[in-house]
Amino acid sequence: MTIHNLYIFSKNGTLLYYAEWNRLNKSGITKEEEAKLMYGMLFSIKSFVSKISPLDPKEGFLYYKTSKYTLHYFETPSGLKFVLNTDNATQNARELLQQLYKEVYLEYVVKNPLCQLNEPIQSELFKLKVDELFKKSPLFLSRSI
Amino acid sequence: NNKLQNSELFTLTYGALVAQLLKDYENVEDVNKQLERMGYNMGIRLIEDFLARTGSGRCYDFRDTAEKIQTGFKIFLGITPTITNWSAAGDEFSLCFETNPLTEFVELPDHCLNLKYCNILIGVLRGACEMVQMEIACWFVQDQLKNDNVTELRVKFIKRLEDAIPAGED
Repeated sequence: MTIHNLYIFSKNGTLLYYAEWNRLNKSGITKEEEAKLMYGMLFSIKSFVSKISPLDPKEGFLYYKTSKYTLHYFETPSGLKFVLNTDNATQNARELLQQLYKEVYLEYVVKNPLCQLNEPIQSELFKLKVDELFKKSPLFLSRSI
Repeated sequence: NNKLQNSELFTLTYGALVAQLLKDYENVEDVNKQLERMGYNMGIRLIEDFLARTGSGRCYDFRDTAEKIQTGFKIFLGITPTITNWSAAGDEFSLCFETNPLTEFVELPDHCLNLKYCNILIGVLRGACEMVQMEIACWFVQDQLKNDNVTELRVKFIKRLEDAIPAGED
């Protein structure tokens, strides 16, 4: 199992944080452009899912899967969006994202008055803790791919 | 790892804050405004703590909201206000506090009768609800500090805020 990369978006679409661990294919565009593209796609999927769903979409969009990777999506009621790309064997990534929200984002961003909530996260401590959380997760098996 | 603390330290710290504001502004109306503004800034952060702890989703209706606000008071202040006096349209309710940790050891002096001592709570509720796409208004109807039997906080639903759309391509 492998974790590729992580995006965190604020409620209005600002890229708050990006981290990558095992990413072989680069998008060839700048990080800012990539973030916009990613957010735009997520926004479209969300509205697509809520319009097309034949039943009441309680949680809405959860993840999608291609032949190579899976994109896991977790959105809080306050509009924070956590996006994680993993390989297809990974399950429970949602729990990991919830843990990221509760144990890292809440503790080191929300409870840090110097961190603005709608701006890219600069805190070194936050970066460190994100890295720690992912590296100790059983989902993180850093094979050289 | 929810750290429990005695509320007295909190009560006295809040008291010190209000006393300082009264010194800084002299005008009671300005103090009310500042307290609400501070509460708002707390609310927009506190909501994340609430959501992470309770794992709750968006509210189905305003009654659901009322219960979640009640839960919030339980978590953060250790009190359970009663939800009463629903308006016919279901868009307004009251929270009644028998006890209020903010106002323990507090008496209002005569020149502060217009002071809304607990106005910070109004800001907190407004800020927290705004973060979950809901605009509300709230105000105090009764106040134990003004010799009412209970403290009553009235909450009114204004409107649902729309989800933000992505910024256009430049």
